[in-house]
Amino acid sequence: MAGNNKIILDIKNLVTAFQSESGLQRAVDGVSFSLRRNSTLGIVGESGCGKSVTALSIMRLLPKPAGQYLEGEILYEDTDILKIPPDRLHKIRGNRISMIFQEPMTALNPVQTIGRQLAEVFELHYPEMDKIEILKACVDMLNKVGIPSPETRLGDYPHMISGGMRQRVMIAMALICKPDILIADEPTTALDVTIQAQILSLIEELQKETGMSIIFITHALGVIAEICDDVVVMYAGRVAEKASVVELFKKPKHPYTKGLLASIPRLETERKSRLSVIKGMVPALDEMPQGCRFENRCPDAMDICRTDPPPVVETDKGHFVSCYLFN
Amino acid sequence: MSDYILEVNNLKMHFPVRGGIFRRQTGKVHAVDGISFSVRPGKTVGLVGESGCGKTTAGRTILRLYKPTEGEVLFDGKDLSQLGKRPLQSIRRQMQMIFQDPFESLNSRHTIGYILEEPFIIHRIGTPEERKKEVKRLLDTVGLPESAGDRFPHEFSGGQRQRIGIARAIALNPRMIICDEPVSALDVSIQSQILNLLLDLQEELGLTYLFIAHDLAVVKHISDFIAVMYLGKIVEYTDADSLYHNPQHPYTHALLSAIPVPDPTIKTKKQILTGDVPSPINPPEGCRFHTRCPIAIDRCRSDEPELSAAPGTEGDVHLVACHRAGEMALLMEKKIKDIL
Repeated sequence: MAGNNKIILDIKNLVTAFQSESGLQRAVDGVSFSLRRNSTLGIVGESGCGKSVTALSIMRLLPKPAGQYLEGEILYEDTDILKIPPDRLHKIRGNRISMIFQEPMTALNPVQTIGRQLAEVFELHYPEMDKIEILKACVDMLNKVGIPSPETRLGDYPHMISGGMRQRVMIAMALICKPDILIADEPTTALDVTIQAQILSLIEELQKETGMSIIFITHALGVIAEICDDVVVMYAGRVAEKASVVELFKKPKHPYTKGLLASIPRLETERKSRLSVIKGMVPALDEMPQGCRFENRCPDAMDICRTDPPPVVETDKGHFVSCYLFN
Repeated sequence: MSDYILEVNNLKMHFPVRGGIFRRQTGKVHAVDGISFSVRPGKTVGLVGESGCGKTTAGRTILRLYKPTEGEVLFDGKDLSQLGKRPLQSIRRQMQMIFQDPFESLNSRHTIGYILEEPFIIHRIGTPEERKKEVKRLLDTVGLPESAGDRFPHEFSGGQRQRIGIARAIALNPRMIICDEPVSALDVSIQSQILNLLLDLQEELGLTYLFIAHDLAVVKHISDFIAVMYLGKIVEYTDADSLYHNPQHPYTHALLSAIPVPDPTIKTKKQILTGDVPSPINPPEGCRFHTRCPIAIDRCRSDEPELSAAPGTEGDVHLVACHRAGEMALLMEKKIKDIL
């Protein structure tokens, strides 16, 4: 991690919780990380680890009133997103920070044409543009994300185009305001591998062109290795480990990261050999272990792990891990 | 009696498309359009391809959940495609299925105990006490506690439900199981647990698998032979290692190169396919892959290539449907150099 890269988004000790019948459940519990300008940060973890909730918190999109921001700061260029009034939030959300979602079919409005939905973004953020300018800009955007014959596509409804094309439309929509930060929440999970490869290379190209920073949320370690510069590994609402991508894959430290990396079948592993497994499963939010949340599945758990949550410590430069083995 | 437990010959499954006010048939979806392969007992054949390529339909048609439009499915030498309801039921005891979505494939109103007992009830096997004992044994085999029998599906996680689905599939001691994307809905750490369980069961019970999935790394791990499907056809068929080391079809090549490698120090030069899969209602003339193929020639647009032995692979089973199969290795190398 070079020091000359300025930090554009700094998340400090974020705690978000949901009100449920059995009380307040902390879905994200003390997460901190920072995003450097013009770089890609990956957040990886299994379902329920809090990666999507973290992303939604950055956009302040948690459902109200169930979702609550209990503690922490999300600093975007020294502005705390969690504290600003709605009118200032609207100037940042969708404008400086944009988001794309996993399932483009549910994120797009099924009863409006693609052209209408794109034009709406221009109308909201650039009220000075007239209709013809907007139409031209829409065509330009679709061209940019590699949609063939964009003029005719503008009149299509979302169900008329394929999943890959829908994701391209979503990306076009997110990039209209030339955001500083793009949050991509599992953007390729619903797509086939060959289409996934297309979308990943499109995102990389657009980043080169615009210099935006990206937060890329996924559960696929392969995708992380492919496009990220830094990685945050989350487990049960907490950060297990964070490091640069090369460091993390070469020297994983946290037993969970190690377990994850060992458990994926690779093309070169011997056929029909037994894969190494992480035993058990993620505990439910209301039955979280008191100490380290990975303790009940950890092969190296010690007595202290059962009682006290481990702090996040820097073991090598830029390599943080939350585990007593390194403390 | 042949060496194969399952032989699929020129299997076709077309679905009608209806339109207009009289709901007349206006076309058909060529979901599976003439596939042939065979499986030896105790082995695993993987069926891989992208969404809409017909792999799931193939699995379901083999099990006779659909009545095939054409072709035959020989299970132990008996043609399933022509069987009536009763003989089919006794065959289905030997052939079971595991589904992709462990949330939808279990009846949420029944206890796990009943879900696992039901196959025995349907086939009138054993007394109630014997059935209870069997349920206990099944739960133990798939690594669930005995107490699970009294609980309902919603009380279990995705991985546990998939274990229940597997327990139900092996309840009647089948000889063959069709696994339709059994791990794609699961998290990485759970996925490896289920794959290990499937491998252990195969060893213990001598099961034969037809393993349907879109993840090539997973398919390669569990299969002996792999068939790659594209738009209702098999484009390449060979043993798992050859497919990985020596792919002969440009589509297989592209699929392999599109898999993200979990190692940031390896920067592979990807061969990215342009465009989307064409509609199976109106598949392209000639080779179905020619619209996206980086090495297509004029002949590919008019003549449909047959699935035949790949040049230079005499002695091994390596079938490929491509006019330019022999030139593949050379062509791809050149293509990649051009990109660089």
